[in-house]
Amino acid sequence: MAKIELTRIPFIKNALKSRYPQLAVFIVMLIGYIFAILAGLIGTPVGSHNFSIVFVWIAWWAILILVAVPFFGRGWCAVCPIPLPGEWLQRGAVLSPPDKRPKWLNLRVPKMFRNIWLQNISFLLLALFSSVLLTTPNITGIVLAAMLFAAIGLSTVFERRAFCRYLCPVGGFIGLYSQTAPIELRIKDKQVCVTCEGKPCYNGSQAGYGCPWDVFPGGLTKNTYCGLCMECIRTCPHDNIAVNLRPFSADLAKPSTRMDEAFKAFIMLGSAIIYAGVLLGPWGAFKDAAYNVGSGAWFIYAAAFLAIIFVVLPSLFTLGILNTKNTLSLKQRFASLSTALIPLGLMFWVAFSLSFVLTNASYIIAALSDPLGLGWDLFGTANATWQPMLTSMLAPAQTLALVGGLIWSARTAQKAAGEVKVSPIPVIVYCFIATSLMLWLLL
Amino acid sequence: MRFRISLLLLVMAGLVVAFVPLPVPAIAPQERTFELDAGQFAYSPSEFHVSPGDTVNIHLTSTDVVHGLYVDDYDVSIEADPGQSATLTFVADKPGSFRFRCNVTCGAMHPFMIGKLTVGTNNWLYRSIGLAALAVLGVMVSRKQKA
Repeated sequence: MAKIELTRIPFIKNALKSRYPQLAVFIVMLIGYIFAILAGLIGTPVGSHNFSIVFVWIAWWAILILVAVPFFGRGWCAVCPIPLPGEWLQRGAVLSPPDKRPKWLNLRVPKMFRNIWLQNISFLLLALFSSVLLTTPNITGIVLAAMLFAAIGLSTVFERRAFCRYLCPVGGFIGLYSQTAPIELRIKDKQVCVTCEGKPCYNGSQAGYGCPWDVFPGGLTKNTYCGLCMECIRTCPHDNIAVNLRPFSADLAKPSTRMDEAFKAFIMLGSAIIYAGVLLGPWGAFKDAAYNVGSGAWFIYAAAFLAIIFVVLPSLFTLGILNTKNTLSLKQRFASLSTALIPLGLMFWVAFSLSFVLTNASYIIAALSDPLGLGWDLFGTANATWQPMLTSMLAPAQTLALVGGLIWSARTAQKAAGEVKVSPIPVIVYCFIATSLMLWLLL
Repeated sequence: MRFRISLLLLVMAGLVVAFVPLPVPAIAPQERTFELDAGQFAYSPSEFHVSPGDTVNIHLTSTDVVHGLYVDDYDVSIEADPGQSATLTFVADKPGSFRFRCNVTCGAMHPFMIGKLTVGTNNWLYRSIGLAALAVLGVMVSRKQKA
């Protein structure tokens, strides 16, 4: 399938180039985000009746993992409200053309942090406390507020969107999985960028801001670090930026060689497996351990969580590829071949989320009418009873997602193995074993 | 041509694995009774097996707050007050594996208070693993034939 340039359609191009449609969505999102913080802090402590839990961890999560990431990649980042207040503060403006003088410290993020290790750590921190975070409104409120303030703080110290690019726990995995999405932002003609004076897409101009994600669009070869903010479409004086529809997982044809990205794939794969067992499994002792933060059982849970992600899964993977010898180092082979885990991990999350979302989606209807759990009945649905949805379709849908993910991963493994000239079989066997384990946990 | 034939064979094998009826051991339906304790946020025991056609009696006793038990797909439920028992009776006429879960908000981890009922053999799991194996085989064969 060839690429289709969506920005050739005047309506799409105008909508992306104008700041107003995006601003309108931003404002709605920001209001929703602030309301989620307030609901978490002042609403009912009963999670299933609180807007912060129901709309963040059920509604938003469902949209993010089942729709936004698989089909739009970093589409969520394009409308995420978290960086907005910090960015407005950093620029000293909401919409007006940029002032060249920096308003704050405007430092460059130190080189040692210019990778996604901090995002890996921030995700794991939340993951270890996820049983509490997913179920306790005030903790969700505090975490959402902390992310907002962290983004503001980093915007006053560092240039551009340092929080999104290097710290956001959600942005890390969205970036990883955005490589599988059938949407991309790319330049049309490389030569135009080479000869372009001033590189306004990166440095900014009167037409708009330099890339908030610290990316030079002329060098974009994958979606991972492009936040789809559309700023470069506005600043490019040569109309050389396109948003394309493309085949799924086009970016994975050229495997990454970065260890931070490789471990991100393991973190996400391992977390999905662990959550499927702990949260959706029938074993109460695991749930107790995950929920009772600070207890001895929780420390064992946390140690096991980290050991599975950083030791068990990578070690088994390494053992598998140990004999696939070629001129590349083991580290390079490890990083390249772990690309195959990206579609597998995404589909693990889809299968896990289907179960969680379909059984809890009916809480959304009640929370719409009574978002704070204070006895309101705004739309007459406050007393809607809990009812799981489509449970008879759940197992087939999960099988479809997991087996589909396995096929997708096996194909990716073949491509990645072809690039580094080794056999894909050990990686495919690894993916098959992981898929069988996930099937056993979910079905 | 060979690729198309292989693909067709794999699709047919996949359909067989997914849908072919499996022999069901002829076991006369029985009445089965289970004593389940429900406490924040687990059932004890949390897994139980019955045969297809069995009449299942679940005596649910809540050990702390109000708890419920809802069986996915069977769409039957029960609630038990603290320290009290309640009984749910249904005929396990659908084979497979089903989650049962608390249907009364009982605390923070309520959405994850889950148990597992298996009626007969969990064939869907084995079929799914079979499909996964076939899928891997299919990818490998298609690659070899293209090469």
